[in-house]
Amino acid sequence: MSRSDAMTNVLWLQGASCGGCTMSILESGASGWFDELRQFGVNLLWHPSVSEETGEEAVDILQSVLEGKVRLDLLLLEGSVARGPNDTGRFNMLAGTNRSIYRWMLDLAPHAGYVIAVGSCAAYGGVPAAGSNPTDAVGLQFEGTDSGGALGAAFRSRLGLPVINVAGCAPHPGWMMETILALTARDIAASDLDGYGRPKFVANHLAHHGCSRNEFYEFKASAETMSERGCLMEHLGCKATQAVGDCNQRSWNGGGSCTKGGYACIACTSPGFEGAQNFLATAKLAGIPVGLPTDMPKAWFVALAALSKSATPRRVRLNATADHVVVPPGRATTKTKP
Amino acid sequence: MTRITIGPFNRVEGDLEVRLDVESGRVMRAEVTAPLYRGFEQILEGRPPLDALALAPRICGICSVSQSVAAAAALREAMAVEAAPNGLLATNIAHAAENAADHLTHFYIFFMPDFAREAYAGHDWHEATRERFAATRGSAARDALPARARLLETMGIIAGKWPHSLAFQPGGTTRAIDLGERVRLLSIATAFRSFLERVVFADSLENVLAIASADELDRWRDGHGGDFAHFLRLADSLALSALGRGTGLMMSYGAYHGTDGELFPRGLFGPRSAIEPLPLTQITEDVSHAWMRDSSVDPAHSSTVPDPDKPAAYSWCKAPRLSGQPIEVGAIARQTVAGQALIADLVSASGTNVRNRVIARLIETARIALAMEQWTRALRLSEPFCHNSRDIPNGSYVGLVEAARGSLGHWMAVRDGRIERYQIIAPTTWNFSPRDSFDVGGPLEQALVGTDVGDAGARAVAIQHIVRSFDPCMVCTAH
Repeated sequence: MSRSDAMTNVLWLQGASCGGCTMSILESGASGWFDELRQFGVNLLWHPSVSEETGEEAVDILQSVLEGKVRLDLLLLEGSVARGPNDTGRFNMLAGTNRSIYRWMLDLAPHAGYVIAVGSCAAYGGVPAAGSNPTDAVGLQFEGTDSGGALGAAFRSRLGLPVINVAGCAPHPGWMMETILALTARDIAASDLDGYGRPKFVANHLAHHGCSRNEFYEFKASAETMSERGCLMEHLGCKATQAVGDCNQRSWNGGGSCTKGGYACIACTSPGFEGAQNFLATAKLAGIPVGLPTDMPKAWFVALAALSKSATPRRVRLNATADHVVVPPGRATTKTKP
Repeated sequence: MTRITIGPFNRVEGDLEVRLDVESGRVMRAEVTAPLYRGFEQILEGRPPLDALALAPRICGICSVSQSVAAAAALREAMAVEAAPNGLLATNIAHAAENAADHLTHFYIFFMPDFAREAYAGHDWHEATRERFAATRGSAARDALPARARLLETMGIIAGKWPHSLAFQPGGTTRAIDLGERVRLLSIATAFRSFLERVVFADSLENVLAIASADELDRWRDGHGGDFAHFLRLADSLALSALGRGTGLMMSYGAYHGTDGELFPRGLFGPRSAIEPLPLTQITEDVSHAWMRDSSVDPAHSSTVPDPDKPAAYSWCKAPRLSGQPIEVGAIARQTVAGQALIADLVSASGTNVRNRVIARLIETARIALAMEQWTRALRLSEPFCHNSRDIPNGSYVGLVEAARGSLGHWMAVRDGRIERYQIIAPTTWNFSPRDSFDVGGPLEQALVGTDVGDAGARAVAIQHIVRSFDPCMVCTAH
């Protein structure tokens, strides 16, 4: 048995992408991503950023997949599928092939055991689809929240799954790597994906869960300008109570997250997140944020917020609008009334 | 004359196609194509100006901090605010971490694997090079990728995450650093210095930065292990200083701004081989060979409208020019303009070329590693990291920074609280520019002309070296 028969063959392509998903996954693995792939028996057939094969050598690899000479287990696309202009895909040609990425994906996807959309661009269209969407960018199987996309709603990969959407801009390296390795073990079924094709092990959490600003959230003690310590939901645009992801339960770059970094969650795991405006300001109606947690009755939220605001400890209230801790936690005394 | 097309050109950031006209084994003419267009400038039009902070970094996953910092700089000019000094320092630390990570990624993942190719099997250094640098299999990646990941933990502390952070604001950065975090930042910077001194240079950074001339570099190389010395030996063996020669015109917008100036100054290394003031008003963009409709040549007044069927066009990249000339940008330009002794000596001896570009990148990495430690110590932890933003009056504004690959500018026009126009000229837009209306090619196109490809044609590894020596970022190029 040749090496590629025993191993899981992975092909990674980039569409209308910024390359950020690749840059993120290169952080994976204690001894580096390449070692980690090898340890799990993953053979990277080709990846545009890291493989030795270039030019016609690379095209040969793609052709041999199309001709069935090499089994394709996982096909990953990073970046949107640019269908324009006029459905030609010419905004994004695969260099040296006179063929668009759009066309290549239509041809390659039916050969793949599983197809993974890496990042929100490949999943739903992402930032290239923002505004006037000048390149007619879509995701592989979604166009924003609508199913369809480049491959069509009915598409199923060779092993019977729709496109698996590892959303995020960029996704956490763990989300990508865990999805790849779970699929290597054929450990993901349709029931393990949510309604937008996202693996539930990520999508069953909200970015809000585990947020280091949770005490401020509890009391609706809010930051008013950048670099203050309070909750970012009321004034600074934070969507973490509505966006899926375990961002605050696992560390990014050794210990960070967006909200820990002092700026709003912009819901980058959600289809259509790029359509929002004023990302760092909270949209309000009659003084009440419009983007309240979706699964909570608004009246209850407003009532509870009013109640918790009236109960805010002095420490929490003062720290919320400071950039450094001005009142440290101390032993409760009778003097520290709320 | 035969025409060969090279692509997909991988181990660069993004999409690239190169077409060469070859006669008697020698490149007579080169055309460089950016085959991806996404339309960020069009996407930004009509939006609230601060949205640029969320969208512009997403131009590029490898230098998103640079794009953020350029957008924040343009917005800062628009708001007429001064950034908090701590915010400038924190921005410098994060930006330096990204730029150093870029230089590492380039050297270990993009550039060096070409020397492990079978084409070099006859050389006495080949076996060691293959063991060390072969793409995805060499031992170097096992050293470099964990070092890169550790360096990028800087982002977890200052910027929340990387790539694509919203931490870089007109008034500073969004998170005050406390004492424990300062120690963690220093610990990351120290670990990075240790990696450079142990693996890359096999010598102290101070010793490396004391090398002031090409002769001293030769002497230093002979006594040292490490990957830099390894590169210098094979660069000599393959005469990489004669490969991919640039035109000699270089510029830098100035990098790492502080309250008392820049670490690397702004300037032009001009036709008289001297450092001169940079005539910023002389920056234009030509679209004669780009799939773009004609517009103003001034980035402050132009717009970007694709014209996919335009005859004679061959790239989504526009052709930026300074006083009508193509200009090379990047670490070699930055260090030449900064008067770094070794780089100035190498450039005066052999100009810009494959070897010198790589040396400049590694010397710069050593310099910014030391600067990261100094900036981290200089943070005044009890003072603010961010000043408030203000409303933006109608007008035209510009943010100029240095990304790892060179000069990056954002030109933004605001009207009634909305972005009226947004134009971006990225480093690789300069380096990988197509021809202009005078049929003058961009720096890479010129650097490729005259290259001996022998019988190898499209498989000529020399072409791979020349192209990658610029460390192209194609996603920034056409954006």
